[in-house]
Amino acid sequence: MKRFAQLLELLALTPSRTRKLAALTQYFREVPDPDRGFALAVLTGALSFRNVKPALLKETVLAEVDATLFAMSYDYVGDLGETIALIWPHHGAQEDLPSLTDLIELFNTTSKSELPKLIASLLTRAGINERWALVKLATGALRIGISARLAKTALAEMSGVEVQEIEEVWHGLKVPYLDLFAWLDGKAGRPDIDQSARFHPLMLSNPIDEEKDLAKLDPRDFSAEWKWDGIRVQLVLGGGTVSLFSRTGDDIATAFPDIVENVHGLAVLDGELLVGRDFEPGSFNDLQQRLNKKVASARHLKESPAFIRVYDMLFDGHEDVRVLGWTERRKRLEAWFAANPQTRLDLSEVLPFTDWDDLARLRRQGADEHGHEGVMIKLKTSPYVPGRPKGYWFKWKRDPNVVDAVLMYAQRGHGKRSSFYSDYTFGVWKGNEIVPIGKAYFGFTDEELKLLDKWIRANTLASFGPVREVRKELVFEVAFDSAQVSSRHKSGVALRFPRISRIRWDKPAAEAGTLEDMAVFILSS
Amino acid sequence: MPTLRYHRAMASPILDRNLHIKAIDAYIDPSVPRERAIVTHGHADHARAGHGAVLATPDTIAIMKTRYGDDCAGRFEPLDFGVPLRIDDVTITLHPAGHILGSAQVLVEQAGQRVVVTGDYKRLADRTAQAYELVECDLLVTEATFGLPVFQHPQPSVEIGRLLKSVADNPERAHLIGCYALGKAQRVIGLLRDAGYDAPIYLHGAMLRLCALYEELGVSLGDLRPALDLSKAAFAGQIVIAPPSAIRDRWSRRFPDPVTCQASGWMSVKQRARQALVELPLVISDHCDWGELQQTIRETQAQTVWVTHGREDALVYWCRTQGLQAEPLNIQGFEDDGGEGEA
Repeated sequence: MKRFAQLLELLALTPSRTRKLAALTQYFREVPDPDRGFALAVLTGALSFRNVKPALLKETVLAEVDATLFAMSYDYVGDLGETIALIWPHHGAQEDLPSLTDLIELFNTTSKSELPKLIASLLTRAGINERWALVKLATGALRIGISARLAKTALAEMSGVEVQEIEEVWHGLKVPYLDLFAWLDGKAGRPDIDQSARFHPLMLSNPIDEEKDLAKLDPRDFSAEWKWDGIRVQLVLGGGTVSLFSRTGDDIATAFPDIVENVHGLAVLDGELLVGRDFEPGSFNDLQQRLNKKVASARHLKESPAFIRVYDMLFDGHEDVRVLGWTERRKRLEAWFAANPQTRLDLSEVLPFTDWDDLARLRRQGADEHGHEGVMIKLKTSPYVPGRPKGYWFKWKRDPNVVDAVLMYAQRGHGKRSSFYSDYTFGVWKGNEIVPIGKAYFGFTDEELKLLDKWIRANTLASFGPVREVRKELVFEVAFDSAQVSSRHKSGVALRFPRISRIRWDKPAAEAGTLEDMAVFILSS
Repeated sequence: MPTLRYHRAMASPILDRNLHIKAIDAYIDPSVPRERAIVTHGHADHARAGHGAVLATPDTIAIMKTRYGDDCAGRFEPLDFGVPLRIDDVTITLHPAGHILGSAQVLVEQAGQRVVVTGDYKRLADRTAQAYELVECDLLVTEATFGLPVFQHPQPSVEIGRLLKSVADNPERAHLIGCYALGKAQRVIGLLRDAGYDAPIYLHGAMLRLCALYEELGVSLGDLRPALDLSKAAFAGQIVIAPPSAIRDRWSRRFPDPVTCQASGWMSVKQRARQALVELPLVISDHCDWGELQQTIRETQAQTVWVTHGREDALVYWCRTQGLQAEPLNIQGFEDDGGEGEA
């Protein structure tokens, strides 16, 4: 465990990507199986324990530490795992902890009633750095600024295998990845995984620069579609088996049985998962509620049925069609739909337009009348290339709406921003009072964050745990994509994707927006 | 979590909430110029220029003169540790606080009541500061820089061991240690010397005067050199001490692929170290940790505790659970600075 704790600390504290990669590569090269495989699982977030959960750790600590002091400490540190590691009051002989493999085995086999005792004894035994790593392992929230992608890149560097090849087989592999390491070490062939479990990295778009890009692009070379406000998914239909992946390759099938149980055919499709009846997308809020549940509830299945609006095809039957141009793939897709009628899938409509001005008009009209996020523009000859290749797909988002709102409450941030007041609740006037309409925690620079933090500390009216109520004097220009009716906010309004676009140090709060102003943004859907 | 409203009313017959000793019209560590000031130690948030008269230990006075100039106060009144000074019916005595060279706790006695203002203090041994002395009292005004149970400082020798291991493991890189120029820099140098490190230690310009002053006042620090006249390559494997702001500044580019280190009690929180882009955090503090704060409050036998400078809420809460009267003292100008200042 000591070696793994050292690796985690180095990854957390070394700003240099090169050095992180070098440390990972060295670790995977030197540490034997199965320890290195379990480490890989921890780093890529592939590991979870049935009974070892953040709540269990917290409970174990609260048996030893006053709850109020714990809450104050958590508020200050801003990271649950780190708070637990630092606050644990008992320090034993600092013996070595069991190996990573043995620890994971212990977590998996110890009965629920015995776990608090086990965790307490491990925390007491560990030195400070191992205690930190142990808690990170047990809570599953690493927060050390490394991505699964970086770990896979290190595997690629170690072995000379392309990282995309590793990603293709990744989702069919099992912890602790013995067959993967055997392949990377050159001792065995590429792991043979079930085709239906295979995730194919997605093709992503670049934002368009209206000034620079549009003039150079010939509208006749491009096709356009609405930009849907759902989540990007990949549906793998194996002719009897079905896998549903998020854009990062997480398997989300259990949350959407209404889709998985009602689709059929043999293909790999790319599209947007949305909720709503009769292929009429509802609000992102409805989708969010379903995403928050790992397993869908009966009520959600009934009230917010899900469907996929398909816009691309990676495999037609067993044939890899990614090398074909978009037009060709679209033809295949339409033919496939004709041959495989579906109740939970439909096709994303292709928008007719003559030139960029025409498309701009459509984009505005779509935003105003239907709340569309914008349009996607795709080069007709573009193959399906994983990653974010330049010049093929563009997103052209509609202009954001803005409102001037008054800062009401501030809360300390987490992770990198712990101890700064970086989460802001703001509101608009309703008669003589200010009512909250949303929360935002980005859109400002680190420099501005420091100034805001200072202003908040100097203008605090009261503090409630991690939250400070401030004088209603500072105005933010808040940008957002859309506004919806909400019963959760006192104002009755909720903003979609709010962010601070400007801090209006100059503007008096009396001139901020009103709830009446907000009404024009709310779609009549 | 309980809501802690700020600015509660509170009173002591000797001292008010601005640390003003009413009977003799003197302020302890005032943040604005006053006719009569008692200064606990030389850090800028306690010692300011422009007072009429300054009462402090001779070391603190020497530090103030070095930092602000010989005429930074109208008049200096040096008072040695342990020597009572009677003014009317008030007696002032300074006791070592163990924080930095010359740092003092102020004991104020009047009509049989004893008040101790700790200033900043620590209880761990430190050969660059006079050792902390426990002073029993009725009212204790304590700092709480690390007043949360997450702060459990390790032994400094362990931290220096980690530093020396990193120096040995990375012979091609320089180690740049961010240290507050007064106190922390000299303590870290002293700890390195105690660990047997006798190579030259290189100093940023901001460190030179105060290190020289420490030497003058009898604290030996070994072979110190300005970090100026060497080629980049010659700094490989060397230790350089600089203010925290300089280690991430352009100034640091003169060193070969430096390992940025910072010596501070804040460094126990790894997320903090990450924010500050510190690659090797060294948890070396010149303040009490949570356990030492509790220990001190118990041992002074104070019945009333005022808490200032830091995370007042938690220490006030804990004092109340112990049946003590406790209040936060929100002195203007001392908001939590999140580790940029001395700690």
